[in-house]
Amino acid sequence: MHTIKDLENIATQVRRDILRMVHGASSGHVGGPMGCADFLTALYFDTMQPDPAAFTIDGKGEDLFFLSNGHLSAGWYSVLARYGYFKTSELATFRKLGSRLQGHPATAEGLPGIRISSGSLGQGLSVAIGAALAKKLNQDEHLVYCLLGDGELEEGQNWEALMFAAGHKVDNLIATIDYNGKQIEGPVDEVMPLGDLEAKIASFGWKVLNMMGNDMNDVTATLKKAQWFTGQGQPVMLLAHTHMGSGVDFMTDNHEWHGVPPNDDQLARALGQLEETLGDY
Amino acid sequence: MMRFNNAGSRDTRSGFGEGLLEAGRQNQDIVALCADLTGSLKMDQFAREFPDRFFQVGIAEANMMGIAAGLTIGGKIPFTGTFANFSTGRVYDQIRQSIAYSAKNVKICASHAGVTLGEDGATHQGLEDMGLMRMLPNMTVISPCDFNQTRAATLAIAKFKGPVYLRFGRPKWPNFTPVNEEFIIGKAQVMTEGNDVSIFATGHMVWNALHAAEALLEKGISAEVINIHTIKPLDEKTVLQSVHKTGCAVSAEEHMRNGGLGELLAQTFTRNHPIPMEMIAVNDLFGESGKPEELLRKFNLDIPDIVQAAVKAFSRKKG
Repeated sequence: MHTIKDLENIATQVRRDILRMVHGASSGHVGGPMGCADFLTALYFDTMQPDPAAFTIDGKGEDLFFLSNGHLSAGWYSVLARYGYFKTSELATFRKLGSRLQGHPATAEGLPGIRISSGSLGQGLSVAIGAALAKKLNQDEHLVYCLLGDGELEEGQNWEALMFAAGHKVDNLIATIDYNGKQIEGPVDEVMPLGDLEAKIASFGWKVLNMMGNDMNDVTATLKKAQWFTGQGQPVMLLAHTHMGSGVDFMTDNHEWHGVPPNDDQLARALGQLEETLGDY
Repeated sequence: MMRFNNAGSRDTRSGFGEGLLEAGRQNQDIVALCADLTGSLKMDQFAREFPDRFFQVGIAEANMMGIAAGLTIGGKIPFTGTFANFSTGRVYDQIRQSIAYSAKNVKICASHAGVTLGEDGATHQGLEDMGLMRMLPNMTVISPCDFNQTRAATLAIAKFKGPVYLRFGRPKWPNFTPVNEEFIIGKAQVMTEGNDVSIFATGHMVWNALHAAEALLEKGISAEVINIHTIKPLDEKTVLQSVHKTGCAVSAEEHMRNGGLGELLAQTFTRNHPIPMEMIAVNDLFGESGKPEELLRKFNLDIPDIVQAAVKAFSRKKG
């Protein structure tokens, strides 16, 4: 059982990992994964608590997580390593030749914890729905989680999936939208306005909950609340109000940090704002 | 005399429907998804018998492919059903990332392939599908020749682990292969032996090739007809054995020449045993509305076209 302070410490270390991984590869994404570090940490260390040693692609008898916005890979890999799926030293191979830690998550190299490739946007919610349907067919009571980006919602497949999940009462599914309002080219509402996102998704027939995505107390509490709403004939959507680049002042809420690696100086300044809580890899 | 007799024309899509039903009875992990074309794909009997294992996705093919990929996580064996065009081009990236790259055990089952779809016209006539699918690593591509073989292929892919694209058609077409003949994925079938020219055909065109071989015999040309029911992996051994004997080849397919069986064979021959070759295929054109037989004539996919191509390949060998 982890306290909120424990979880916050893990998330801080995850942010350090993300920055060091992307810096080490001289490529990758820092803004999105830093904004979701709290959610991903809470999901693995508090909500799902899967058994890394029992990992199978099929994932029968355990909760499953799918990362649809695959460019958040650095954050996911860090959480998987810190949780025990593989050694943290492997994080140093991120995006390098021969690594299991591909630029975007992949199954081909057999990295434990990954069940499908993602990166080309808009596909993960459909996959999560399929996995949730399989759980129902297998009379497996465990839940399926999925994380999407808000910019990613511009892909039409998401709306097909939103319709299907409500229409087929896929109520063992908890999806989360990383609602940071930013995408590569700028604010989401300038690139393509989402309008009243909460009303849109609710009108599709989902139960929608709001969550302060960078407040560990609220993240853990909202995930518990979401679990309570499962099994009631509706899929559940969490709108995670997050800050891109959360944890480092000069990165926070700045879309310029979507997919740019920090240079040496920027890395040093950023790490200076994040305590090394668990030891760097 | 023809070694192959038409036991009564039937549509290959109905062979798929029967195979799916039988596979579903044999294995409860088999599930099916359809994008509002259950009747057209002949999946209705499966849907009636196994309502809990059938998912109506609506007109949302991208979502269907993603859900199918997800269902494999949990050990299910999903069969998706829609037209060839909507099973491939419309959802290429979904198949590429969520199914092929992820090596998911999804069976993409595609009806109404080729121009013999008929009156619906070019928007619905999938002519690029095999090319698109065979470019994907991990993908197996199958194109059976008649009702019986499509049924057998459906049962075979249900037992095969890995992503598969299964292609079949709409019209009633001669049914001439034996009932319950075992379908061996990746094994080309020598239908009739011959010494002068090899005709490699797939799908509906196998029947036309067999008729062409009859006509060629009357011209004194002995043709070997080989059914390439598995486009990928290609049975290179059987194919090369045949052309080592005959020294020239014709390909016949209801598909675009670019990316099709002919191009695949030409690549194989160029690397191993260069020979004169002619290709019967749609040549860089979209289809159009019409009756299947009219369209086969218009796009030069008919029996006389194959005969002519074989004579030409044969004469090029001599020359």
